[in-house]
Amino acid sequence: MTTTDTPGTTADVPRARTAEAAGAPEAPLSAAGNPIGFGRMLRKEDARFLRGQGKYVDDVQLPGMLHGAVLRSPHAHARIVSIDTSAAEAHPKVRAVITGAVLETLNLAWMPTLSGDVQSVLCTDKVRFQGQEVAFVVADDHYSARDALELIDVEYAPLPAVVDARKALDPDAPLIRDDLEGRTDNKIYDWEAGDAAACDDVFSRADVVVTQDMVYPRVHPAPMETCGSVAHMDPVSGKLTIWTTTQAPHAHRTLYAIVAGLPEHKIQVISPDIGGGFGNKVGIYPGYVCSIVGSILTGKPVKWVEDRSENLMSTSFARDYHMHGEIAATREGKILGLRVNVLADHGAFNGVAQPTKYPAGFFHIFTGSYDYAAAHCNVTAVYSNKAPGGVAYACSFRITEAVYLVERMVDCLADELSMDPAALRMQNLLQPEQFPYTTPTGWEYDSGNYPAALTEAMRIAGYDELRAEQAALRADPDSTSMMGIGLSFFTEGVGAGPRKHMDILGLGMADGCDLRVHPTGKAVLRLSVQSQGQGHETTFAQIVAQELGIPPEDIEVVHGDTDNTPFGLGTYGSRSTPVSGAAAAVAARRVKDKSRIIAAASLECSPDDLEWDHGRWHVKGDPNQAKTIAEIAMLAHGTLELPDGMEGHLDAQVVYDPPELTYPFGAYISVVDVDKGTGAVKVRRFIAVDDCGPRINPMIVEGQVHGGLADGIGMALMEVIAFEEDGNNVGGSFLNYLLPTSMECPSYELGQTVTPSPHHPLGVKGVGESATVGSPAAIVNAVLDALQIRHADMPLTPAAVWRAQQGNPIRTDLAIV
Amino acid sequence: MQVTMTVNGNEVTEDIEPRLLLVHFVRDVLGLTGTHWGCDTSNCGACVLWLDDVPVKSCTTLAVMASGRSVRTVEDLAQGGVLDPVQEGFMQEHGLQCGFCTPGMLMTARWLLDHDADPDENTIREAIAGNVCRCTGYENIVRSIRWAAAHADGAEQQAAPATDEVTA
Repeated sequence: MTTTDTPGTTADVPRARTAEAAGAPEAPLSAAGNPIGFGRMLRKEDARFLRGQGKYVDDVQLPGMLHGAVLRSPHAHARIVSIDTSAAEAHPKVRAVITGAVLETLNLAWMPTLSGDVQSVLCTDKVRFQGQEVAFVVADDHYSARDALELIDVEYAPLPAVVDARKALDPDAPLIRDDLEGRTDNKIYDWEAGDAAACDDVFSRADVVVTQDMVYPRVHPAPMETCGSVAHMDPVSGKLTIWTTTQAPHAHRTLYAIVAGLPEHKIQVISPDIGGGFGNKVGIYPGYVCSIVGSILTGKPVKWVEDRSENLMSTSFARDYHMHGEIAATREGKILGLRVNVLADHGAFNGVAQPTKYPAGFFHIFTGSYDYAAAHCNVTAVYSNKAPGGVAYACSFRITEAVYLVERMVDCLADELSMDPAALRMQNLLQPEQFPYTTPTGWEYDSGNYPAALTEAMRIAGYDELRAEQAALRADPDSTSMMGIGLSFFTEGVGAGPRKHMDILGLGMADGCDLRVHPTGKAVLRLSVQSQGQGHETTFAQIVAQELGIPPEDIEVVHGDTDNTPFGLGTYGSRSTPVSGAAAAVAARRVKDKSRIIAAASLECSPDDLEWDHGRWHVKGDPNQAKTIAEIAMLAHGTLELPDGMEGHLDAQVVYDPPELTYPFGAYISVVDVDKGTGAVKVRRFIAVDDCGPRINPMIVEGQVHGGLADGIGMALMEVIAFEEDGNNVGGSFLNYLLPTSMECPSYELGQTVTPSPHHPLGVKGVGESATVGSPAAIVNAVLDALQIRHADMPLTPAAVWRAQQGNPIRTDLAIV
Repeated sequence: MQVTMTVNGNEVTEDIEPRLLLVHFVRDVLGLTGTHWGCDTSNCGACVLWLDDVPVKSCTTLAVMASGRSVRTVEDLAQGGVLDPVQEGFMQEHGLQCGFCTPGMLMTARWLLDHDADPDENTIREAIAGNVCRCTGYENIVRSIRWAAAHADGAEQQAAPATDEVTA
């Protein structure tokens, strides 16, 4: 492993290794039994969570704190005729009632979205989705605030609603965004990538062209903790402190400064323990802004925490992509081209949170894991009378949709050619020698050995035996179930991103890190990224332990507080380890470099004469002439005469600008049984081989994969935010937005290959969203394999399976669950 | 109205609104914030605590329904600074990530093991089917509960006096 702090490329092309052959030496153990470096380590953060001592936003209690509640629209599309708040204001426990008219006086009725659009904070003209924010009440307690909502009298004039993206561009469709000057239709953008002419040429001479329509339905991340905030504007100091459910505390602080005109140095954003994010907690929601305004108006802290229905109906949804795919190939199964048309439903405001200049984000990487002569995609996005959002639920900025599309298309092609889907994939996967590989749309995959991963997954699955079992079952007329085997192969792109290419509202995606070793050799690592359950307090301590030999229990990781951490863009898109993990490694290496010079000064030798050995520098050839990192830390803070130009103390600050994305990948196989009588799908097995480079803490990596596989089961079989034609949301509670439980999930079978990233200082690639990206296609492919049907749309509920068997596989009415 | 109940072994008397939910009572009135508010509809299980030794969803239980009865929350699991075996199991087997569902999971798991000392995987999966977790995919939660079952003896010896006190 190189000790340079400049990310470079390794001389050798990385080759995949199986877990057994990974060969990394085991880290030495600390006195507490933890690995001083990479390896399985129990989580430091568990101690408080297990005792009920986690501190989530709703656990914040401040003296004199008031409580807010949001009045929401029952209509999907309606003009507001009048709002009468007098009865609410007369409620003895109400301290403030805020409407859009009040916010207009503060220039806060609208706020910018993360995609250059604007979004209503509290409605001033017309509501554009069911659940939209109309008024905000501040009261002495939560129940009274809710009572007062009932006292607000809003007169609505309902308008026709558009909830199906396929009707949004009809000439007679109602205009949703009449607030935007000059707008005459509901189109947000048309965007294309790839070479259309080359694609046409490839398709015109291909033996076989397969086309398929498919919907990736609207789903919701639904973290167990809903969104909320506690805002406290100190009327004396003028300092705003906001405890809030955010995955990006620093970005929120800057946006509050820009949007509300508050001085940034007087804003402290605290993201305490977060009960799951999955992209749901990236953006700024009207409730956060209202809690701030409520605190400004009342001079008291104001808490706002949404309930589950508010979370499902108004905060960032995911997907809602209507896709048309075309794949061209030779009769022998050589894939030649891929052509895609997408209709993207963005809801009432374009609030997509993604960092590229491409409006469809990483959908741009739609060609997946295969080689093509040509590829082209077109995405048209539209407004609808549904909640805004779109980039969430571990989607990796829309790689989820792209992987689902291409992995379905490959299965459709296999069906057309009567080929085994595993053999077809193996024939067309990118080969190890093609890396670094530039896709037809210009993305450079850093490293990979795809055939090795697929081979490993098939080995774990016992693929040939499974096919034999399936054949026997199909031949048995008395069998009561159908067995399906589904594959998917995914290439992820994570670690957004290079400043030259990526930003959010002009904020470049470099992340800061501050490492300080105290005189006694204990360290504090301050990060810009924020954990929502990923175990940063453990993993990042292990990174520093690996580099400096300090036991991980002696390294405190500080995050989620803008007053106490360096600037950075936060945790989403699986970017913490690729970006901040690199920052931590580079900071530790700078500290190590400095420690060498201090050790040399103390040992009265040249730094070049020193050798590093597990947390200490010793004179080459004389291990007894040594200084440990703790001794060096004391020397750095003491009276030792330091070399010219060197300051005391032992610390480093780093801002890491990732040179490129990292590209984790994996091969997934699922085995399902479909009941012939009921259409119920049971996931019997799920085999997941992930390659995310070296694993810092294998236990945590496997946990991340497990969670993503459950997401995939949920989306493939259960989850959908459906709407009735008038815009009524029928997925607005856990009674009808179904999440996978322990009964729907199997015991997972995981495997790994290890292909380091050549440009990451630790070779690691990130893993947070891999399984959510890769698993839905494997399950859908398995169900369709069982049914022996070309395609049916998610979620494959028993009713959907039945409809598919009746010859109606395409989801035409999204209100049907 | 006034309610009196035993919470984690201590008698408490409070003046509350009749409509106050038990989850808000323990969180906001008593300050026991380990119990979480997740869905309002009894679906997610983040709010599970024990009412007279039976796990209930406190988001759909009125606080007054606990009057004269005994409530036990996650804060009562560790005794004398010693973790309950289910807590230790969740740590050993990485049975939690964000931690939000964890208190409800732990209370359900503790009840299961009190009634079935050696549950198999299916029994565990059925027992926790009313507790939703979005992070772990359940695999490690099942392993955590199995760990607790396998280590009940050693841990019980350590924690025995305090545990007896609570259940007496």
